[in-house]
This record gives sequence, structure tokens and C-alpha cells, in this order.
Amino acid sequence: MIKLIPRVENSKAMIILSPIIALTLTALSAFVIFIFILEDIKVSSVFFTLFAEPLIDPYYFSELLVKAAPLMIIGLGLSIGFRAGIWNIGAEGQYVIGGITGGAVGLYFYNVEGFWLLPLMALAGILGGMFYAGIAAFLRIRYQVNEILVTLMLTYVAVLFLSAMLQGPLRNPSGFNFPESRIFHDSAMLPIIWDGTRLHIGLLVAILLSILAWFGIKKHMFGMQIKISGSAPRAAKFAGFDDNKTVWYSLLISGGLAGLAGLFEAAGPAGQLTPGLPQFYGFTAIIVAFLARLHPIGILFSSLLIALSYVGGENVQIDYNLPSSITQIFQGMLLFYFLACDILIKYKVVLNKTKD
Amino acid sequence: MSNRRFSSVIKLSLLSLVLAFTGNVAADPVRAAFVYIGPTGDHGWTFAHDQGAKYVKEKMGDDVVITTVESVEENSDSERVITSLARKNDIIFTTSFGYMNPTIKVAKRYPDVKFEHATGYIQADNVSTYSARFYEGRHVIGKMAGRMTKSNVIGYIASFPIPEVIRGINAAFLAARSVNPDVQVKVVWVYTWYDPGKEADAANALIAQGADILMQHTDSTAPITVAEEKGIYAFGQASNMREWGPNAQLTGIIDDWGPYYLDRVQAVKDGTWASQDTFDGVQQGMVKFAPLNNSMPVDVKNEAMKAIIDLSMGAIHPFTGPINKQDGSPWLAEGETPPNFPDLLTMDFYVEGIDSKYPN
Amino acid sequence: MNESLFINIIIGISIASVPLIFAAIGELLVERSGVLNLGVEGMMIVGALMGFVVQFHTGNSYLAVLAALFGGMAIASIFAFLTQYLLTNQVATGLALTLFGLGFSAFVGRGYTEETIQLITSIHIPVLSDIPFIGPLIFSFNPLVYIAFLMVYLVWWFLFKTKQGLILRSIGDNHDAAHAIGHNVVRYRFMAILFGGAMAGVGGAFLSLVQVPIWGEDMTAGRGWIALGLVVFASWQPFRIILGAILFGGITILQLHAQGFDIRISAQYLSMLPYLATIIILVSLRMRLKNKTNRTVPNCLGRIFHSTT
Repeated sequence: MIKLIPRVENSKAMIILSPIIALTLTALSAFVIFIFILEDIKVSSVFFTLFAEPLIDPYYFSELLVKAAPLMIIGLGLSIGFRAGIWNIGAEGQYVIGGITGGAVGLYFYNVEGFWLLPLMALAGILGGMFYAGIAAFLRIRYQVNEILVTLMLTYVAVLFLSAMLQGPLRNPSGFNFPESRIFHDSAMLPIIWDGTRLHIGLLVAILLSILAWFGIKKHMFGMQIKISGSAPRAAKFAGFDDNKTVWYSLLISGGLAGLAGLFEAAGPAGQLTPGLPQFYGFTAIIVAFLARLHPIGILFSSLLIALSYVGGENVQIDYNLPSSITQIFQGMLLFYFLACDILIKYKVVLNKTKD
Repeated sequence: MSNRRFSSVIKLSLLSLVLAFTGNVAADPVRAAFVYIGPTGDHGWTFAHDQGAKYVKEKMGDDVVITTVESVEENSDSERVITSLARKNDIIFTTSFGYMNPTIKVAKRYPDVKFEHATGYIQADNVSTYSARFYEGRHVIGKMAGRMTKSNVIGYIASFPIPEVIRGINAAFLAARSVNPDVQVKVVWVYTWYDPGKEADAANALIAQGADILMQHTDSTAPITVAEEKGIYAFGQASNMREWGPNAQLTGIIDDWGPYYLDRVQAVKDGTWASQDTFDGVQQGMVKFAPLNNSMPVDVKNEAMKAIIDLSMGAIHPFTGPINKQDGSPWLAEGETPPNFPDLLTMDFYVEGIDSKYPN
Repeated sequence: MNESLFINIIIGISIASVPLIFAAIGELLVERSGVLNLGVEGMMIVGALMGFVVQFHTGNSYLAVLAALFGGMAIASIFAFLTQYLLTNQVATGLALTLFGLGFSAFVGRGYTEETIQLITSIHIPVLSDIPFIGPLIFSFNPLVYIAFLMVYLVWWFLFKTKQGLILRSIGDNHDAAHAIGHNVVRYRFMAILFGGAMAGVGGAFLSLVQVPIWGEDMTAGRGWIALGLVVFASWQPFRIILGAILFGGITILQLHAQGFDIRISAQYLSMLPYLATIIILVSLRMRLKNKTNRTVPNCLGRIFHSTT
């Protein structure tokens, strides 16, 4: 019989070890799966393509960073809310709305150049995301409607809204009536920080934000407010922390950051608004946040890991004709193992030898 | 030099000479890649492109190495997929409109690689565009539908209001009207290229509203399975869907990309590839038809066959005036046919006689 | 509107609502025990795949539905094990389940996208089905439709008319007190989760065995998430699930019909209606319940149970 005995205090060793154990278990499972489905391909070369190539090849490494940036930004925002027990599952919708509002500003000034345009677009994106998440905050506070459902339903609405916008007001007038916007002009495109790649300033913003968030949570009272609200709402109320304020902060911040990420995607790798704007970053960021245990610096690493699985997985798909679902399975397994191994931090696993 | 040594030197020299010679003749195979928007198992749009790729392999054998990538989303990730392929291939076919800007971007960075973009409108020195006159296919099935309907309602499951889809609706309607002055077409927009459940729901809704023939501009076999179940008629989309609708399918519009693909890949091999814009139809063999269902009356079959023959000889044009737009304004005068640009390629209006409201 | 169109619309709505009813009634039981399982979408798609695969290979509809049921249960057991024995966060684990389920089904199903199967056909009761108007409307559905309604009744009966149901509800409201009395909290929750998985699996199978006889990646298209919303909409009361599913399924079908009737609203805005309606209904429900003292939310929903023994 396996018994779980609570530790006196969290095992510091396990905090570092458990993610490593989880990663190892995932790799082993992937290994087993590959052996079964790959008949004449060397499993080792698949592993190389999956894990190593994106780190070694400069182009793929730049793409890894491009994909990690939105995950970091959204993940940071989400982690703040999650710490407080506010479950914003609709970051994807806020990301889309932010992309629309920010992108629309860029499109409106399509024949005007100026360094002020991008910051304005970013602001519009943040405000769009904030507004959209704010709906859920309002409904939760006023009518106690669960924010999980509201944010989720609104995600579907946002994607449909994008389609309607691209069919109508935002459609490129000289684009043969296809549902796409104009290509963003130079002033509306994010500056590239690595020449020859698509890596844009969004990555720097993400890193900056995570450092800010880390300080915010460590030093500021706000962080403590969120930490306590999450773990014991009644105690938080007792201590004078305003539950409603926490709801607003959490949703507005996570919504605003998601909106910013949406604008970065539109004005960065995409370069225009198309129906392909939603890429499930909003949902993947939830996984990123959990893998990082909601810690800002951890989010930097978990975004890189998930981005690695995307880029590596895609190359495995191309080179070995494997289906794209491989990446999904891998990510799902990673999260399962990670969550499972987490228990090793709080509990000791003891094998009880019983006589019968 | 001893005799033995001399003969080995001769043998070695002959061997190297032979190798050098055959080495030149058996040049490296051409590497061709195909980017698909859906799964080849859709038995529709992507399936047809994949059949084209297989045709190239069949005809060129070891002279070509083919790579295919399925289900590539039309978003900024596609640029990376195309780039990955550009690093290792000589010619890349991107088979959906949404890949247009990524294709152009990657083409700029890889000027020695050739790109072929389906249904797009931007060319470059190393980027060609190609599309098929599917509306010619709609003309034929429109005539069949006009004859075979008893309720005079054709149900049309449409994906997105883009010119290609609008062309199809207009062509089908005009052809149906030409043989049946009372026929109407009801259009439902599902805003997806592939969603079997939604396509089936749309099919059911149209049938409930009186449609007894279905047409689709979506990629799955769902609508035809609904038609089969409800005992009405439908048409295969992009490929022969008889397996899913043995009784329902009157015919199917088949996209035959094989010959075009072979032509382009061969051109790369021969060094004669040049950027061009292709818009071929029945005459060039790009649009074909599945065998006609025998349950149709002989005169309907003959009329359809005649239309196919006329199209293959370039004798008729599905859009021949007099035709007005839905709002009554004139479009084509008597006997006039439209130019490709802007009329066909940017078509954004219904023709007169269609009851449905034009989307947005 | 003529009679047969009306009947067709009603039938269309019923077909659209059945997968939701199955998935939601299963999740309702789970949430009543205090567990929030966000993995409904993953369980449904696995059920859709299992049902299709077994139907394709055996042609036996009974086996196919059973396969879907066990498939959903099997994948739900991962969630159950993690959350009940390893005490993992329910939200994260549920999301991982959805992700894994979608990937797993897409992967295993990739060889089946070109196949088709025989649909489960509707029944025909000798006298009842032939009654004009009512016959086709009520007595001529597919067996799974009737089973869905039966399950709703059974869940209601279990929760409110049996001792075990009472225990399960008490666990959902206060797991510490229930544990103190001596009830096995973990076992009840584990079984509830398995039941939820089974129901979601059958709901998914309805899509691939009844609605369209084909398999496609992501064919559940978000229905699992809708089902989660339905549970809240129904205030965790079984019979209200039916109302919600019909409402939601209805709006989905009606927007397609509206296009056919040429209603002058763009298709995208029409398509938004089901989702907005869910939110509006949630709000209006809350407004009504605000003044009542009886709470319907299971108190311990989502909280991890730490046994102190």
C-alpha cells in the first residue's frame, strides 16, 4: 500500500526535483510511444529534432522565442489571478479583442507614419483586453456569476466578432473581398530585435513584465493580498482585504496583458489581422502558468519549454510525417506528470508493507 | 608499370569515367513540398491536392522526392512551416488562400526556391499563382439540379463569402434557372471550410426548409451523408464522394491538380520554370466530373454531358449576358462574357433572381 | 410555418441537445460531489472516437456505445486518480485532460478520417410512431435520445431519493463533516468522476454515431465547454439540464434556419447568440436566486479534500 504522509514543511529539494522528474517521465513516455509508432525511424533522431534542434539552429531558436513571448505575457497575467483563485479561462478571447482594438488603431492610421502609433496601438490593445475581461469581473461581483463560464463563453463570441470585423469594417478594400485586413504599414509593425528573424520587441516586454511581477509579488502588499485571498478567502476578508478589488485587479490585469499579447501577435509575426489570429495562446498560457507554479520567473522557463514543444513538434511533423496531435499529447502528458509530481513537495510517499 | 598494375589503372579509370557520366545523367531528384490546410482524409479539397502530389510521384518516380505537411493552420505559424520546407525543397505548393502573405514573405528570403500559391492573387519572380474555374463545374451541376429538383429549392452550404464561393453560387443558380425558371437557391453560411457536425446541421436545416438537392462549398463528406440518409440528391465536392452517398451523389466536381503539378515540377527539373498565373477549367482538364448517376433520366444526363463537352471545347462560358446584378443594375450585355479581373476574381454580388440576401 | 418544417426543427433541436444532455448530467453528478472537472471536452471526443472505431470494426452499435462509455471512463480515471489520490489542482488537471483527450483522439483517429459507418437508426414503435404529428415528434427518435432523458431521471432519483445520493450531496457541501461522520469522501468522488466520464463518452459517441457517420479531429467543437455551462445554468438541478440543452441546441439550429429564412442579421452575430444566451441566463438565474436562502452551489466545489487520517 502506498501511503501519503504530509511533510512537516515543503521539501525544498523536491521543488527543484519534481519538475525534472516530471520532464523525465514525459520523455520516457514519449520514447515508448515513439517506439510503437515509428517503425523504421530512429527514435533518437526524432528526439533530437524535438528537443535539441530548436535550441541549436538559430532560425528555430528565434522562432522558439517568438512563440514564447505571448505565452509569457499572458501567463504572467493569468498567474496573478490564479493565485487569488480567480480563474480567467477566457484569456484567448481577451487576446483576440486586444488584437482587434490595437490592430484597428493601426489600420485607421494606415497612411500616417509616426513613432507614436505603436504605443497607441499597444494601449488600445491593453484597454480592449481589460474591457473584455472586465465584463466577467462585473458579472462576478454584481451577480456572482462564475468567471470561468463567462470568460469561456465570451471567447467564442470574440472569435466570431473577429470574423464579423474582418468581413466588414476592417476588411482590406483592395483585397479581392477576402476576409483579411490590410497589411500593417511600417509604423504599425513591431521593431525586430534580431535581424533576419521575426523576433520582436515583445520578448523584451515579456521579460521586463516578469521581473516587475516578481517584485510586485515579493514586495508589494498587493501580492500578499492576492496570496492570501486565494488560499483563504474568509481570512482575507477578515484581515480587511477587499475581495471585490482583488477580482477587478486580477481580471483587468490578466485581460490587459492578454490584449497586449494579441496586439503583439497582430503587429508582429502576423503583420495583419486575419481569421488566424487566435492560436490558443490564451489556453496554452494556462498550462504555462501552472507549470511555473504561478511564479513569474518560472513562467519564463515554462513558456520556453512549451514553445520548444511547439517548434520541435512541428519539425517532427514535417520531417517524419507524424501528426500534429503528437505535440498535444506530449503537452497533456507533461502537465499530468507535473501535477502528479507536485505532490512530492508536500507529501512523502511511503510504501507500507502489510502482512496480508 | 607491371601489366597487372596497368590493367587495374585502366579499370579504375574506366570505372570513374562511367560513374562520372552516369552521375551527371542521374542528377539529384527534384524536391517538391506540399502544404495542406486540412487532413488528406477530408476526402475533399486537401484530398484532391494530395492526389495531385501522388500523381507527380507516380509519373516521375525517383526523379522527385515529395514532402507533404497536413493541417497547417492559416496563421503566423504557417510562415515557419513554409520556411522549414524552403530550406530543403526546390518547389513548394501552398494550397490555400490564407497562406498568401507568408508565402510571399518566405519567397523573398529564398529567391532560388519556386513557390506555387493556390487561389491567390499576388505573384513574384519566384511565386506563381494557380486556381481552377470551379464555377464551370457549378454550371454543369446547376443544370442537373434545376432538372432533378421537385421542390424547386436548391440548398447551398457555403463556407465564407469570398469571390470563389460567390462565383460558384451564381454559376449554379444561373445554370439551374436556365432549365427551370421557378428554381431558387437557399444559402446557409457556416463560416468554416471543414466542420462535419456544423455542415450536417446546415444540411438538415436546408432540407427542413424544403431543399431537395444539396450543393456545398465546404470540405467534408457530411452533407452528402445527410442527403443519403434523407433520400435526396447532392453533389460531391472536390472529389468523388460516391462512397458516402451511393444513391445521393448525382456527380461530383473533381479538382484534378495532377497534370498541372507534374508540369510545374518537371519545369523546375528542366530549368524552364517561370512565374505565371493559371486559371484553368474543364478545357484544360483541371476541372473534371465524377461518373453521372444512372438514376437520372437520359435527357438530363445528355444535357449535362453536352454542357461538359461544350465547356471542354471552350464553346460556352457559364457567365454569358444578359445578366444583371441582384440589385437590378446591369452587369453583362447580351452575349458578353466577363474578364477575369475584376469581375470574376473580385466577385462580390449575387446575380439577379437570387432571393437570399447577400452576406453583409 | 408548415407542420413538417416545425417537426423537422424540433427533431433538429433534440438531436443537437442530446450530446449536451449526456455530458452535462454526468458533470452535474461530479460537481454535486464537490469536484470540478473541466476535462469534459476531452472525455467527449475520446468517446466519439471509441464509438466510431468500434462501430467501424464490428458494425455492432451496442458495442460501440459501450466502448464510448468505457473510453470516457478510462480517461476520466486519470483525472480521478490525480485529483483524489495525488491531490492535484482540479482546474489544471481538467485542462490537461482536455488537451490530452483531444491529442490522443486525433492521433489514434487519424487512420479513420476516410471511413464511414452505418448510423444508428431511429426506432419505429408500431402504433405510437404512426400517430399524426405526435408520432414523428415524440415516438420516433433514436434510442440514445430516450436513454439521455432516462439518465436525467435516474440521476435525479439517485441524488434525491437514495441514501447514497444524500451522502454524495453532503460530501459536496461539506467534505470535512462528511468525512468526520465516516463517509469515504474519496471513493464517492472517484465513482462520480467515472460516471461523468462515462456520460461524456456516450455524449461524444452520439456525435459520431448518430449525427454524422464520420470521424474528424475536434468534432466536438466546444460542446464539452457548453456542457459545463449548462450545469451551472441548471443550478445543479437535473431536470433543468434538459431545458438548458434544448435552449442551447435550439439556438444553434435556429440560427442556421434563420439564414434560410433570410433574417437580416449577419451569420456571425447570429452564431454568437447561444453563448451570449448562456451568460444572460446565468445572470438572470442569479438575480432570481439572490434573495433565496437555500444555496444551490455545492459548497466544496473545486476545493481539494485533505484527509486528516
